Amino acid sequence: MSIFLLVTIVCVLGVVGYVLARSRVSGLETDSSVSYHSRPGYHGMHMAIATVLPALLVLAVWAISSQVVIGNVVKSSISQEVLGDSAAREGLTMGIVSSISRGLTLLNAEELKQAANGIDAARPLLAAKGVAIATDASDPMVTAAFRYNGLEQTSTFWRSIVVILAALVCGGWAWTQLGARVKARNRVEGVVLGLLILASSIAILTTIGIVLSMIRETGRFFASVPPLEFFFGTVWDPRFAAAGATESAGQFGLLPLLAGTLYIALVAMLVAVPIGLFAAVYMAEYAGPKLRSVAKPLLEVLAGIPTIVYGFFAVVTVGPFLRDLSAQISGIFTGDASSFIQAQSVLTAGAVMGIMLIPFVSSLSDDIITAVPRAMRDGSLGLGATRSETIKRVILPAALPGIVGALLLTASRAIGETMIVVLAAGVAARLTINPFEPMTTVTVKIVSQLTGDLEFNSPQTLVAFALGITLFVLTLGLNIYALYVVRKYREQYE
Amino acid sequence: MNMMSDAATEKAVNAPADEPVIKMRGKDVCVFYGPKQALFDVNLNIRENAVTALIGPSGCGKSTFLRSLNRMNDTIDTCRVTGDITLDGEDIYDPAIDVVELRARVGMVFQKPNPFPKSIYENVVYGPRIHGLVRNKADMDEVVEKSLVRAGLFNEVKDRLHEPGTGLSGGQQQRLCIARAIAVSPEVILMDEPCSALDPIATATVEELIHELRENYTIVIVTHSMQQAARVSQRTAMFHLGVLVEEGDTDKIFTNPDDPRTQDYITGRFG
Ligand SMILES: Nc1ncnc2c1ncn2[C@@H]1O[C@H](COP(=O)(O)OP(=O)(O)O)[C@@H](O)[C@H]1O
Ligand SMILES: [Mg+2]
Repeated sequence: MSIFLLVTIVCVLGVVGYVLARSRVSGLETDSSVSYHSRPGYHGMHMAIATVLPALLVLAVWAISSQVVIGNVVKSSISQEVLGDSAAREGLTMGIVSSISRGLTLLNAEELKQAANGIDAARPLLAAKGVAIATDASDPMVTAAFRYNGLEQTSTFWRSIVVILAALVCGGWAWTQLGARVKARNRVEGVVLGLLILASSIAILTTIGIVLSMIRETGRFFASVPPLEFFFGTVWDPRFAAAGATESAGQFGLLPLLAGTLYIALVAMLVAVPIGLFAAVYMAEYAGPKLRSVAKPLLEVLAGIPTIVYGFFAVVTVGPFLRDLSAQISGIFTGDASSFIQAQSVLTAGAVMGIMLIPFVSSLSDDIITAVPRAMRDGSLGLGATRSETIKRVILPAALPGIVGALLLTASRAIGETMIVVLAAGVAARLTINPFEPMTTVTVKIVSQLTGDLEFNSPQTLVAFALGITLFVLTLGLNIYALYVVRKYREQYE
Repeated sequence: MNMMSDAATEKAVNAPADEPVIKMRGKDVCVFYGPKQALFDVNLNIRENAVTALIGPSGCGKSTFLRSLNRMNDTIDTCRVTGDITLDGEDIYDPAIDVVELRARVGMVFQKPNPFPKSIYENVVYGPRIHGLVRNKADMDEVVEKSLVRAGLFNEVKDRLHEPGTGLSGGQQQRLCIARAIAVSPEVILMDEPCSALDPIATATVEELIHELRENYTIVIVTHSMQQAARVSQRTAMFHLGVLVEEGDTDKIFTNPDDPRTQDYITGRFG
């Protein structure tokens, strides 16, 4: 019985349990004069949870452990010379066994009988099903694969029995629990609480897991490249990772990338902040309700455009425009019509990224400005202040911490942005202060170090993790600071 | 020119010694929120250097009338005012009138204390600054001290003028708002249920303050409490369903009202 079918059956049992328990309790409740601690719905839920939850737990444990157990049983049945002497060879052998066994499940009974004769018989049959078997496969491996499949079948059979039994037993227990004094409501609430905690801990644990795995790889990177060279190197030239040649020296200077990242983010913020903020002030303070109801969703749609589309916009429109514009300007002033802004440049990337961030800034700030209580506005207007004085002297200062928080969040987005940079500023890692020249960013280099057919054992690929960690720390720092600022703001009116 | 002579005539009419001076005059005032009419032909005069209380059940238009006296209704998009309201004989809804200047002359204190999230000092100098009434630090210090003393708050806060105004207690915050309003030297102060968010002790302090302010300012106060109206006001106006039911000396309204609706309201039969 497949896992999907099993889960469906358990859920159906749960629903049946819910309906039965609920109607039973509401029946009892109307019949007797005893008052029940919990409403019938809660008894139903209690029943359903008791049926479904333990059964699913059993299923999960079984699914995970059976893999391990069967693997070990099969492994111990293979003789040592077939298995190989090193851990790597053992892994290889077990890999072949499992691909044979997976292939065998695709064969019909007739073909299976043939395949049982040995590897030479099995190989063409499996190849016909699209399963390629490594050349060093041997007869004992086929035997092992058959054994593997046999065990798996038994396991699946017993799994179905045990899981359904668990559902029935626990459901039955819950049925005996239907009574006036049973605190079904509290138990259901407890389970709900548990689920919520589970959900949030999954999110947190995943984050921790990501960080830990990055730290491990970063450690491997720093084993071959000294941290000082990485953090303070001014040249980024990782060379190609020639297969196997781990010692091919590259230079992994972070500074050109970091500088590019911050520079482009800075230009983007210079574009996005004033425009976004003014737009927000207009939306929040001046625009009538009609205009607002149209313009605000429109701005938010803008925020939903994928960044790659902005990248096109940069490549096709903004970049050439700036280049031609600069050629004309220099033509006017020097007579030499050569452009000083290159088609790919910090300026192009920053400008387009800035445009992308405008809706972000304006919609966050708009919410914050609107959240300033009306009493503040009235107080200021009532003293004879004009609308713009009120905005400048009361509303913006009151909203400032929140706006700063919003801007920090925006900045961390700018730092993490990749697609626009690839297209608009190029992939050349250079250290320059001229915004008219190409530069590149940390994220772009992470992508370029990890694309292609690579092994994760050379500094050329491992550096991506060091870059990732750096970026992570940078944006995490910004986000934490932003949250801190926002929280402080919240306390102000309470 | 025209206005000046109007004002002059009005003064002349009101001049005789025992006749009270009329500071603000509302004539046939109607207020609409969109299609809905909230005030119907209100005719009410506000006497100079007196406290006028506006009473009446909730939703009868007291706040609406109060807000039309300094055009705070302009800040509500749907709101429209018709009729005449004059301040010293000048029509305050005249397009030539600068609403900023009007609000400097007719200040307002709101129901909920609403100090700005700035220091006490900054709260008080806010108005004088935007109206250019102070030139230097010395001016500002003087205005702050004077206003806070008037509002009866100075002694309590003189050591922490640079701490946030939002950190004060409710009653102190409300007196800070009053100080903020009188810092721009208004002629009229409008108060919309200034004590409804305060405890009884803070209320008593604010009432005392209103009593003292009467000598220098014309005050219009909306209140829900009969006792408060009786304690602080000389004149009382009773509103009901957007109509001015009656107005007169506070003593008379509370002891011997002409209108049965007023009688019902002050004896607590509706409210
Ligand atoms: N901003 C507004 N928009 C629409 N209607 C309003 C608004 N403010 C007040 N009103 C209506 O005008 C009437 C008078 O309100 P208000 O002057 O606040 O009463 P009061 O202060 O006497 O309790 C009420 O019916 C109220 O619903
Ligand atoms: Mg009111």
